[in-house]
Amino acid sequence: MKIGIPKEIHQGEKRVATTPEAAEQLIKLGFSVCIESGAGLNADISDEAYKNVGVEIVKNVKTLWKKSDIVMKVRAPEQHPELAIDEVEMLSKGGHLISFIWPAQNEQLMQKLAAKEATVLAMDCVPRISRAQKLDALSSMANIAGYRAIVEAAQHFGRFFTGQITAAGKIPPAKVLVIGAGVAGLAAIGAAKGMGAIVRAFDTRPEVKEQIESMDAEFLMLDFKEEGSGVGGYAKTMSKEFIEAEMALFAQQAKEVDIIVTTALIPGKPAPKLITKAMVESMKSGSVIVDLAAEQGGNCELTEKDQVVVKHDVTIIGYTNLPSRLANQSSQLYATNLRHLLTELCPGKNGVINVNMDDEVIRGTTVIKEGNITWPPPAPKLTASPAPQTEAPAYPAVLEQQRKSYMPPVVKQLIPIIIGGLALFGIGAVAPASFMSHFTVFVLACFIGYQVIWNVTPSLHTPLMSVTNAISGIIVIGALVQISKPDITVSILAGFSVLIASINIAGGFLVTRRMLEMFRK
Amino acid sequence: MSQSLVTMSYIVATILFILSLSGLSNQETSRRGNYYGMLGMAIAIVATTLSDSVNSYIILIMALLIGGAIGVKAAFKVEMTQMPELVAIMHSLVGMAAVLVGYANFMDSSITISGVEKTIHEVEIYIGVLIGAVTFSGSVIAFGKLSERISGKPLLLPGRHWLNLGLLIAAIGLGQLFLQQSETGGGVLPLLLMTLIALAFGVHMVMAIGGADMPVVVSMLNSYSGWAAAATGFMLSNDLLIVTGALVGSSGAILSYIMCRAMNRHFLSVIAGGFGTGSGGESAIVEGEVHPIDAEEAAQLLQAAKNIMIIPGYGMAVAQAQHTVNEITKLLRDKGKKVRFGIHPVAGRMPGHMNVLLAEAKVPYDIVFEMDEVNEDFTNVDVSIVIGANDIVNPSALNDPNSPIAGMPVLECWKGETTIVLKRSMASGYAGVGNPLFVLENTRMLFGDANASMQAVLKALKG
Repeated sequence: MKIGIPKEIHQGEKRVATTPEAAEQLIKLGFSVCIESGAGLNADISDEAYKNVGVEIVKNVKTLWKKSDIVMKVRAPEQHPELAIDEVEMLSKGGHLISFIWPAQNEQLMQKLAAKEATVLAMDCVPRISRAQKLDALSSMANIAGYRAIVEAAQHFGRFFTGQITAAGKIPPAKVLVIGAGVAGLAAIGAAKGMGAIVRAFDTRPEVKEQIESMDAEFLMLDFKEEGSGVGGYAKTMSKEFIEAEMALFAQQAKEVDIIVTTALIPGKPAPKLITKAMVESMKSGSVIVDLAAEQGGNCELTEKDQVVVKHDVTIIGYTNLPSRLANQSSQLYATNLRHLLTELCPGKNGVINVNMDDEVIRGTTVIKEGNITWPPPAPKLTASPAPQTEAPAYPAVLEQQRKSYMPPVVKQLIPIIIGGLALFGIGAVAPASFMSHFTVFVLACFIGYQVIWNVTPSLHTPLMSVTNAISGIIVIGALVQISKPDITVSILAGFSVLIASINIAGGFLVTRRMLEMFRK
Repeated sequence: MSQSLVTMSYIVATILFILSLSGLSNQETSRRGNYYGMLGMAIAIVATTLSDSVNSYIILIMALLIGGAIGVKAAFKVEMTQMPELVAIMHSLVGMAAVLVGYANFMDSSITISGVEKTIHEVEIYIGVLIGAVTFSGSVIAFGKLSERISGKPLLLPGRHWLNLGLLIAAIGLGQLFLQQSETGGGVLPLLLMTLIALAFGVHMVMAIGGADMPVVVSMLNSYSGWAAAATGFMLSNDLLIVTGALVGSSGAILSYIMCRAMNRHFLSVIAGGFGTGSGGESAIVEGEVHPIDAEEAAQLLQAAKNIMIIPGYGMAVAQAQHTVNEITKLLRDKGKKVRFGIHPVAGRMPGHMNVLLAEAKVPYDIVFEMDEVNEDFTNVDVSIVIGANDIVNPSALNDPNSPIAGMPVLECWKGETTIVLKRSMASGYAGVGNPLFVLENTRMLFGDANASMQAVLKALKG
């Protein structure tokens, strides 16, 4: 099948849906790949680089859409500014489209695509389960956004991040507060830490505490019991009391920190307002706020979408497309996500995709199948963190069943002792003295064996068996004392016994030696 | 050499054997222990050879040399995965030697005793031959099962308990007859018949036991070979044989007991054969969805983990995966991860089987732990890898009273963060498998040959 990659038309969008490296892999999967001329230029990838790995360059965008069975994009389809035609119109009937779609926000677009009898896979709908991590474009883009947020903050912040003591004076380190420790938040923590800042982080989900601390940042605890984890690893809306406690914490932090990065999002809802006007006013002049939730209205009351504004001497950055500001890097990661998705779709490696709705990952990602809207999918069964374990309930029942017995336990214990005693008495009553001396030796040897063997470490049980095997070859002595008897039959039998017993002795000791040589620290 | 000197040598040999066994109590002293055993054996053989009762040196030395050479060859040729087979076949040799010595002793006309002493002597011969024959045929069957020349499935004849009882009564009856006839110098026929019955009994007993119960059988036969030597000692009035036989016999008995306890089964029910017979009610059918992953994802899980537990089973031995496992262990340890091995007492086909395989692959023994040492600690484990094991990680042993393995202690790997189970295949996504572990939310299945899968994981970890 043919994969087509058009140039992104959304204003300011610099990413491209495939890179030469990813395209090469796709061709190996059996696909043929074509790309609109100049599609990669904004991400610093020339047409030449694509051509070198066997990608066809197509000048006319309409031709490209028409000849492609699968169209891969970054942004959802929209009106083409130059051709004055909707991209959906250019998609061939019954074709495949893979891109970000945001089906919840773009109902109209979904209807249009369904009318085209298209099959649409939305990269924003990849289920959040471990197996799908490699095609989770939201995570890979969020990672870049978090990194870039710190870079943007550094650009607008008038001081060093790291503390220094120089001849010209002492420089205190910058203090950074990261709100929301999802993928973006953690990336921001990492980047800020790397530049030497003191980083604090807050999240409503307590299970991320460990992750924050593993990045050497301080987790701000809220003295309040409420579980903030929702289904699928996302946060949920919290109670009123919780939010009040949270706001008090932010108000206090705002006075202390120099930079605030907010990443708080709740799926399908406007972003919660966490940084009020009053908090901004209380911040030191020259401070910076980077609002990664600007697209959904912003976590800060004063954020203006796609703008950098200075209010009350605080720079507030409201860029909505931070990954695009690191276009080459984000194109590479996104292209790799897409390539993994196609690998999942094309298990036969024959260049033909199979939208297998029984596969949990593909099922979740597919929002329209041959014109039928299949979104939203059934709830994912797994979250990234395991569900709390339930205790095994029926354990006592097993024990009870074992205890059921026909005899009282004391009698049961006594029986072998009584039998043993009677047997010993019986032997003692009839046996001659010569037998009894051997019997004494035998019983004592059994006890010594019992004491010695319990000390053997279980890991040496196999060597124990082979060494006892060799030792039981001592039966050779029995054969040896008979070998010189006058009776020829006896001699032959004894000779043969010596032979097989000596196999045992030599084999047993040597194989034990071989084994024991292997046990090394 | 005088008789007193010979006896003194025997005492020295006995002490050396005891030291040899006690040397195995830990790895540092174990090699020395083995040398004590060799020395003891050498002293015993040389002293006996030099004693007054031996003068046909040619046949003796030839037999020793030929036998020794075969033993040396076997010891150097055997693969570590074949250890259970080797041990089984060597048990059979002891059994056979005991039978032959018994017959030789019976035919020896130079013994002049009478009265009760004679009767006791005849009984000793009879019992010695009986135990030897059972050991011999049982070990041969065990060898066949372990080397897969015979199917590992238990062969359950109808009314097998009655059959066993019948064989036992026949053996006792023949014993009576043997004693009567030997009074007058006869008795060959009952002895031969009894030998046949004992052989049949050994075959029948081991045939009825399933592959998973093999550790018990192997240690039980180990015990029998000891008792056979002890019985021979009584017959020849030789204390060295009695002591050594008793040492070996009790060693095997204790091992059998440990194995049975590890499976929460009674020794008799293992010997009576047939897995799961007599348990009340149907055990629950497990249903649910398995979560398959590929090697790359398994490698990712391992990369992310800090505390890793590897649980090997018989499947690792079959796939010869221990070397690859060691490579992975080394790689992960170099990355600063905590890697441990958790060994169930009955993992594999003989006691300590897994330890030997891991030692062969040069896994350091101080990261290999017994079940009881690690079971408490699974809550701290990030990733457990189960390689070719099933029953020993089956949660239904603890929570399903109808399960055939109910009450058996198991490695509770499901209490950790994630478990990766390596398994050859599973028919479909929804399967009525006997192990609920496979369908748990935090279990991932990595299908394929254990060694190939581990190789792929290793590659992914390196790449």
